[in-house]
Amino acid sequence: MVATQEYKVIGTRPIRHDGLDKVTGRAIYGADVKLPDMLYGFVLRSPHAHARIRSIDTSAAEAMPGVVAVMTANDMPEAADELVDLGEGAINFSHASDHIMAMSKAKFKGHPVAAVAATSTNVAREAVAAIKVDWEVLKSAVTVDEALAPDAPVILDGWVGDDLGEKSTKPNVGSHFRHEFGDIEKGFADSTTIIEHRYDLAMVHQGYIEPHNGTAIWDQEDRVRLWTSTQGAFTVRTQLAGILQLDESRIKVTPTEIGGGFGGKIPIYVEPLAAILSKKSGGKPVRILMDRPEVFEATGPTPGGWVSVRLGVKDRKIIAGDADIRFDAGGFPGSPVGAAAMCVFSCYDIENTRIDGWDIIVNKPKTAAYRAPGSTHVAYAIECIIDEICEELDLDPIQFRLDNASKEGTRRGDGPIFPRIGNIETLEAARDSAHWNAPLDKNPGNGNVRGRGIANGYWFNVGLKSSVNLSVNTDGTVMLIEGSTDIGGTRASIAMQAAEVLGIRAEDIIPTVVDTDSVGYTDVTGGSRTTYATGFAAYKAAQNLIDELTARAATIWDIPEDEVVFEDGKFSSKSDPELSMTFKEIAGKLNETGGPVSSTGAVDLENAGGGFAVHICDLEIDPETGKTDVIRYTAVQDVGKAIHPSYVEGQMQGGAVQGIGWALNEEYFMSDDGQMVNSSYLDYRMPTSLDLPEIETVIVEVPNPIHPFGVRGVGEPPIVPPVAAIANAINDALGIRLREAPMNPGRILEALKEKNG
Amino acid sequence: MHPFDYVAATSIAEVNSILAQHGNRARPLVGGTDLLVQLRGGRFDLDAVVDIKGVPEANVLELNGALKMGSAVPLAVMYEDQAVRDAYPGLIDCAELIGGIQIQSRASMAANLCNSTPSGDTICPMIVHSAQVNITGANGDRTVAVEDFCTGPGRNVLEDGEWVLDIVFPAPASGFGAAYERFIPRNEMDIAVAGAASSVTLDGSGKITDALVALASVGPTPVFVTAITDLLVGKEPTEENFVAAGKIAYDAVSPISDMRGTIEQRRHLSGVLTRRTLTKATERAKAG
Repeated sequence: MVATQEYKVIGTRPIRHDGLDKVTGRAIYGADVKLPDMLYGFVLRSPHAHARIRSIDTSAAEAMPGVVAVMTANDMPEAADELVDLGEGAINFSHASDHIMAMSKAKFKGHPVAAVAATSTNVAREAVAAIKVDWEVLKSAVTVDEALAPDAPVILDGWVGDDLGEKSTKPNVGSHFRHEFGDIEKGFADSTTIIEHRYDLAMVHQGYIEPHNGTAIWDQEDRVRLWTSTQGAFTVRTQLAGILQLDESRIKVTPTEIGGGFGGKIPIYVEPLAAILSKKSGGKPVRILMDRPEVFEATGPTPGGWVSVRLGVKDRKIIAGDADIRFDAGGFPGSPVGAAAMCVFSCYDIENTRIDGWDIIVNKPKTAAYRAPGSTHVAYAIECIIDEICEELDLDPIQFRLDNASKEGTRRGDGPIFPRIGNIETLEAARDSAHWNAPLDKNPGNGNVRGRGIANGYWFNVGLKSSVNLSVNTDGTVMLIEGSTDIGGTRASIAMQAAEVLGIRAEDIIPTVVDTDSVGYTDVTGGSRTTYATGFAAYKAAQNLIDELTARAATIWDIPEDEVVFEDGKFSSKSDPELSMTFKEIAGKLNETGGPVSSTGAVDLENAGGGFAVHICDLEIDPETGKTDVIRYTAVQDVGKAIHPSYVEGQMQGGAVQGIGWALNEEYFMSDDGQMVNSSYLDYRMPTSLDLPEIETVIVEVPNPIHPFGVRGVGEPPIVPPVAAIANAINDALGIRLREAPMNPGRILEALKEKNG
Repeated sequence: MHPFDYVAATSIAEVNSILAQHGNRARPLVGGTDLLVQLRGGRFDLDAVVDIKGVPEANVLELNGALKMGSAVPLAVMYEDQAVRDAYPGLIDCAELIGGIQIQSRASMAANLCNSTPSGDTICPMIVHSAQVNITGANGDRTVAVEDFCTGPGRNVLEDGEWVLDIVFPAPASGFGAAYERFIPRNEMDIAVAGAASSVTLDGSGKITDALVALASVGPTPVFVTAITDLLVGKEPTEENFVAAGKIAYDAVSPISDMRGTIEQRRHLSGVLTRRTLTKATERAKAG
């Protein structure tokens, strides 16, 4: 089945099933969880970026009235030194345990060192303040270059990273890998134009509104129950089991509604602490809720670092590409540099390529996934260099991209051969868009100047495991039980795929996201996989349900099963036109004809359809202050098939907006001693609604051949091009190339001063 | 957060008595937009918070030639008063850009002054409107010019037990105009990287008889640049003269580099905003 087909439900815009609860405030989020006798936890965190713990004295805190339990790393079970894949990123349990509570050394400011459970948050906070830590403050390294310098401090004791198959001689190298194809030296030797630049980016945070939270009970039978807002309840269970050294079957994770994740709510932070404090409190429930500075300082942002790219061109063809990507992983190895390497050359068909990736340990929070992790960084570099090539050779920026575009059969920079992809169709849609063809008045007369930029971006998307259960109600509706937490409207998009198969309305499916005891294993809502993979599971479950109902119709009519057909939402007999039942009619007969009917569907998808996004951006800049306003913005994207176009558009707009914030103002502003000094939304400077135009969207549908409805992932590609598109627009407006993000007003003024003298 | 007593005072005497009793362990509360955030953030602890919104004298808004504005008068009450809008344009500029409607309905100018951050958006406009601050307390009353009120970041002339009862703005001369502008990288929800307030008084021939410029976020206190007054008085309100005023501003300020901006950026913005606000104040002066 491909998306050229006509659908009844897919492609329509029904109201989402969880909408009313969310707009009326009835939906239950992590902070809404309140249990009888609940205690309130609070965490003592390192005030230093890098410091050894000489001793911790918790006696004063333990003696305070209202304090029920106090814990340190000594209360953490010893976790195995074992790497486990979490779908979007992986986890080493021994690092995770040390990350969740520092054993001997704080590796970033905000690293937990102790925690308290008390009868109120105020008491817990006062008790935390009474814990005395004797610190030996160490020299810190917060950038890639500092951590690789000859005099860099050793951040992770005993760590030896892999450097192209050898043991690294530098203490802070998490890993260094290389992908090389063709003859890179010959490629550059044959090139007539070569451009090379290094692009630097600051660490940035996803900026979800809801802070991390966890409410846990560890009872006397060593069963742990946890309520938390997460992108994946099963992944939380896996992490908890590894860190607490319990069998997964002893742990039940109930996902609450989630107030944003973007990759950042895959790892766990306070959840094991709440569980251990509960155990130490005799099984009373303990809730820990982060505040905003804790979220900034001690959860997983996306790395800063730099990307250096060299491209060689001959006869308007890119024939050589060399990339050096260095990301700061935070206090433990594991930045998304691997994903960045998969993406860096992915929009282009380049014969000779080499990609070096470096994962570098620094004294900053351990990075986590953030929407197409790593791809925005590399797009900033390559898409700006592509723009420079077009400028130097006087080429049309879209035609040059089309002339060099990757397509089915192109080898990606890390080796795999592309299946059917929509890169060319997306570029053509951008070329033909209203925005690209609208004139831009570069000097609007108010002293400001305007510029237009364009950039392409790619994300590979993931498949992985999902489970869906369906059961038929006698009124003709269907309960849909799923394990994918709903971040961007996936209850609706999954229900719609089941409804399409069953021939009923989306509203007649009642989707529920359940706990880990109540549905089969389901991977995280991440990697743009949920509508694709859980939707695929729903499709299979619905097919299985039709098979069950076909058998029941045969029983009811007393005819052979192969005499029954299901078409247009109706069961009917091939031979007797009188025998016909709608889905609703057969549902009404189930209890009298053999009892309830239910089905399951499960998938484990190795591949997904990669997605491309081309963004066009118009800026207006005040050259006297550097103030930059986005005045028009269009996001064009191949989504395979838009199941619910409104939520597809919402994802495209949301990704663009996060990328705009990343480009213009967001950053971890670090002090000399490794402290993030802007850990509040006041000073972190994410864009507000007043800083943004309506983000226009153009949906391109090149069906993904391996999905029944042609779905590709949607959520991640739109954050890839914005930083580069804005950089290219700034250059168009002012004739300056900003090679460091954020490209804030101060940097614009500096560059203008350098240009104009 | 350390527990504290909350007292909703209804008279000057009651406020004085509680502040006298607790010394520096008590503070007055108006909108709470700074105080509560600071308490919750653990910046300092208090034993008592005295809400002065119920004190009648702190709620006076009286325009009788001069303007007398009680320390609890919300920004929105002030900017919704048409006569005040007409006479004190510099105050309206800042009142309308602080926070959203909820904050503006709660926060007051006097309380923003008492928070005494160099970036306080109301302070520079009050300086160029020549405001006088009336201070009261158990030990008596005194009056301080607004430009002399702040003594450092978060510090001011108030002694323990003292608080601001009201602020008085003289009646603007004919031919007076004022304006305030701040620079923030976004369009809302931000602290000034730099701000400038200017007022200009023109005589019948269009010459400048008085010009006041004060700059925000570019020194440990708001910076009142009297050298610009010396430069401009007696001159024509031309672009050239205002550019020269901007150059004085560039040299007069002593900013720091931090997460919100760099020294050079703030000096540069001081010059640009000085020129822009002098120009806007002049347009308003001419428009009467």
